[in-house]
Formats: sequence, structure tokens, C-alpha cells
Amino acid sequence: MKRLVFIFLVLHFSIISGQENPETEQRILRLSEKLRCLVCQNQSLADSPAELAVDLRRQVREQVKAGRSDEQIVDYMVQRYGDFVLYEPPFKASTILLWLGPFVLLAAAAAALVAIVRRRRNAPEEPALGREEQRLVDRVLERDGNAK
Amino acid sequence: MKRFLWPLAIFFLLVGFLAAGLKLDPREVPSPLVGKPAPAFELPVLHQPDKRFMPGDMRGRVWLLNVWASWCASCRDEHPLLLELSKRRELPVLGLNYKDKGEDATAWLERFGDPYQLSVVDADGRIGIDYGVYGVPETYLIDADGVIRYKQIGPLTTEILEGKLLPLARSLKK
Repeated sequence: MKRLVFIFLVLHFSIISGQENPETEQRILRLSEKLRCLVCQNQSLADSPAELAVDLRRQVREQVKAGRSDEQIVDYMVQRYGDFVLYEPPFKASTILLWLGPFVLLAAAAAALVAIVRRRRNAPEEPALGREEQRLVDRVLERDGNAK
Repeated sequence: MKRFLWPLAIFFLLVGFLAAGLKLDPREVPSPLVGKPAPAFELPVLHQPDKRFMPGDMRGRVWLLNVWASWCASCRDEHPLLLELSKRRELPVLGLNYKDKGEDATAWLERFGDPYQLSVVDADGRIGIDYGVYGVPETYLIDADGVIRYKQIGPLTTEILEGKLLPLARSLKK
């Protein structure tokens, strides 16, 4: 499905742009997929049919053609729309919890697991069967054996 | 009983996070432009196409830039408020007519009233992109040095206007 959409988009882009060089098209598509459409926020610029997305794709195209680097184009978007426009948030002070949080949780879970396993291992062993219980077990086993 | 304490604590922590998350509005994207100089432009004026306007023309004054369009339904919601504001002459309101047709825009203003000192025409939405516009209407409060001090995404309400925007504008005028 994803592949189909991709092929469709490439075709779509190449039709409206009159067959650009495929490498440029790839770059434009890759950039548009990294950027969020602000109107329909769960879609990337590449996927979104919103008018703003069309305008922003045009911006990306123009800037690619003007020879600007991917970084410069992404910066251009971030300056106007903030980090929110990026699907992958940058690593900085305000996003440190976002990036490291899962690893902290993982470490905490691992520590808890180790602690629990240790505690179980160190727990005193179950007391052996008492004499009365042993006799009961023997009797049941014996009867079971005889029945066969 | 004690063994349930931890899962219970974690559960409530999670509920707390989710409850806070529910209250966040993903439509409210914090604008990186607040505190930065308003992007420069030079655009034709809606009613006088041979005249051009630049934000620099408003240097020394605190003003509102309201992004609007005749095709935008919620612009009509905030329109009475803008009309009232312009009548009070407290704060100049300028319009940025965003991705609109000239005749539609003038007809709209004739029909509903024109609160704008003037409107500039951003027909292809390029200046809108510079201002990080993604949902019309949007309103920017710009100070005497040309710095954006506040950005409202979506229609203005009396609460926002009286509670935030105007007090901020008054403090900036001092």
C-alpha cells in the first residue's frame, strides 16, 4: 500500500512538474515526508491534499531548485512553523524527556526485574514435607502405582 | 494488599498524564515568531492596488495584523469584534487578505463592514507562509519596534481580546 502511494506520488509530482529529474523528485518527496502538514496534522506534506500543503510543497520545490540544502529548507520551515512542523522532534532541553524517557522506563523496568528475581532466589526454600505429609504422598503414589 | 500499591500508583500517574494530554490542543502550535521581528513584505493595498504597504510603515505604533479571507467561515465569527475594536480607535487593525480574489474580498467587506485601516493582498499566500499562517483567521500583535508580541490562531473572542490582547497592547504602548 505504502509503495503504491509512493509510486502514485512520484507519478503525480512528475506529471505536475513536467518530468523533472528523478533525483530531485526523490529529494523533494523525502523532504515533504519529513514535514508535517499543519492543516491536517496527522499527514505529512507529501500526503496532504490541503491547500497549504500544496503551497508548502511548492516552496520546497522552489528551494530545492534554487540549490538550497535539505538543512536550509527544513530550517526555513522551522523558523515559520516551529519544531512542530517536523515529524521527528529535535533533541534539545525541552524534548529530553521525550527522547530519553523510554530508555529511562526501560532501565527502571530492567532494574525492577533484576530486583524481583534476586529476591525470589534469596527467599528461604520451601520447607521440606513434614513426616505426616510425606507418608500421605507415599501412600497416594503407591496406590496410584498399584492401580496400573 | 501492599503488592497492588505500585501498580496502582503507576496507574494513577498514567491517568494524570493522559488527563493532562486531553486538555492540550494540538491545533495550538506555539509560534516561533512571537518575540521576533515581523517578517517584511511589500504588498499592494486592496482598495488602492497601485499603492503598496510595508510593515515598516507602522513603525512607532502598536498594531494588529489580522489575516482574513472571504472564503473563511470563522473570519465571519470574529468580524463583529474587529468592527467594534476599530470603532474604538484604540488599536489600528490592518488586514492581510490571504489567498483571496480581489473582487470577492471587496464584496465581503462591503457586505459585512470593513474594520481595517487597510488590507494588503497576499494572493498566492507567500507572505502567509512567512508569517507561519496555517489556519485563517490569525491575528498578530506587533509592537512599535515591529516585533510580534502575540499571535492568535483562529478567531478572536471577547475573552482573548479583553483578557490578553488589549492589556498587552496597552502595556506595550507605555
